Amino acid sequence: MMELLQTLEQTGLELLGPFWMPVWTVIKIFAIVLPVMGGVAYLTLAERKILGFMQLRPGPNRVGYWGLLQPLADGIKLLLKELIIPAEANKFLFVAAPVLALAPALAAWAVIPFGEGMVIADVNAGLLYLLAMTSLGVYGIIIAGWASNSKYAFLGALRSSAQIVSYELAMGFALVCVLLAAQSMNVGDIVRGQNNGYGLMGWYFIPLFPMFVVYFIAGVAETNRAPFDLAEDESAIVAGFHTEYSGMGFALFFLAEYANMILIAALTTVMFLGGWLSPVPFLPDSIVWMLAKMSFMLFLFLWFRATFPRYRYDQLMRLGWKVFIPLTLVWVVVVAAWMQTPYWLW
Amino acid sequence: MTVETIVFYLFAALTVFAGLRVITARNPMHAVLFLVLAFVASAGIWMLLEAEFLAITLVLVYVGAVMVLFLFVVMMLDINLVRLREGFWRWFPVGLLLAGLMVFQMIWVLGGMDGISGIEPVKHAADYSNTKELGRLIYTDYVYAFELAAVLLLIAMVAAIALTLRRRKDAKSQVVGRQIAVKRNDRVRIVSVPAEPKQPVVTE
Repeated sequence: MMELLQTLEQTGLELLGPFWMPVWTVIKIFAIVLPVMGGVAYLTLAERKILGFMQLRPGPNRVGYWGLLQPLADGIKLLLKELIIPAEANKFLFVAAPVLALAPALAAWAVIPFGEGMVIADVNAGLLYLLAMTSLGVYGIIIAGWASNSKYAFLGALRSSAQIVSYELAMGFALVCVLLAAQSMNVGDIVRGQNNGYGLMGWYFIPLFPMFVVYFIAGVAETNRAPFDLAEDESAIVAGFHTEYSGMGFALFFLAEYANMILIAALTTVMFLGGWLSPVPFLPDSIVWMLAKMSFMLFLFLWFRATFPRYRYDQLMRLGWKVFIPLTLVWVVVVAAWMQTPYWLW
Repeated sequence: MTVETIVFYLFAALTVFAGLRVITARNPMHAVLFLVLAFVASAGIWMLLEAEFLAITLVLVYVGAVMVLFLFVVMMLDINLVRLREGFWRWFPVGLLLAGLMVFQMIWVLGGMDGISGIEPVKHAADYSNTKELGRLIYTDYVYAFELAAVLLLIAMVAAIALTLRRRKDAKSQVVGRQIAVKRNDRVRIVSVPAEPKQPVVTE
């Protein structure tokens, strides 16, 4: 596989010379974006199937075998729907907002390694880049809420951006612990740092267990998923910030939400669950492990949605500011001190 | 002209354009978004100088956090453009004076260096970590200045909270510990109500 890629790169370099670099990069980008989009489509089906299973009903089962073509049918339906722009809405920003929501969710994939050397940009400041990209997603939501010229959308946008800004801090500090442990901000090096020859025992979720839990819960809050989906609290503010969107505008927000879920699953895997590393020393490391771990984290997202009732807004803020942020701050100090002792085994 | 120069002029033009639009845009929401664009473009310029830590931190802190709060405030303001522009010409000379002063300062500081365009950033190998170097400098050579800045920020934060914190006497709040500690017996009382005797159904 790797040799095939290398010969491809060689022939490309001979054929196109200096123009080969951008072409090759675009090919690599497609190789990541297309599977992510496919993943998003089938994650919606998986969500409905798993929720159905947990609620003792079949879920979608009419379009294709076991409903396998349902995402395609949904996609076509959304494409063909009329786009409605509300009166007095700010047209340019109204149209730009879904793009601003989706773009950072896709841009962050640039530094995520799927296997040894399988990454678009192997940069040293990868972790910082990830933090910066995930912090940009909130613009799509605020602008959508404001540009819609609708009170429901505006309230939804305010709620959701306050939530994202609060939980971002906890996520950031949890990642600071990871970077302390790995002593590197290169995402690939973080994964390699979790390889100590004992498989599962080397992964950072063991010394940083509280951070692992905080990071994942904050990730669920960051993506506005149940039980933290107050932004689209149907019973109170209709559909939140995307109330006024129809057709493809809505579909882009939907894509952004699910792409962010997959991103959080990938980040949790890379930071705490050893990325592409095998859990037992006698099996080889491969991308299969990465995908399996991501699928498990995504399953947790869906499981949470089926299990927990929605949080109240003040409870959400309390959890973020009074529980997670102090906990992460303390754990940064604990890890930093722990690493100075001989008992740090990672 | 190398690719880097082209990219530099692209980002520089974008920064200047966005900066101009910040002060000329009629809609304050647009002005804030142009300011965001200016930050992103200047982050691009810093990235060209191999200052990746500063560039990404600019995006992370200013675009990701500070400007979000700006948007929050601007979104909720009731802005009347006519009233905003009322005193423009009265205050114009003061503004002009300040701007002139700033330009003078920049010429004073930067003009001393022989030829601004002549400064070439030092090229480093791919494994060079700008962040590590910066961290080392901050915590060794500049540790006092850094700690002082941190304390200053802390004071500002405490002061802002102290200024805006008002305790209302009649406000109701929940004590979460007590809520969790509640037992079934504190809330539910089972009363046994004797069954009522059946009323004879009256029919006519």
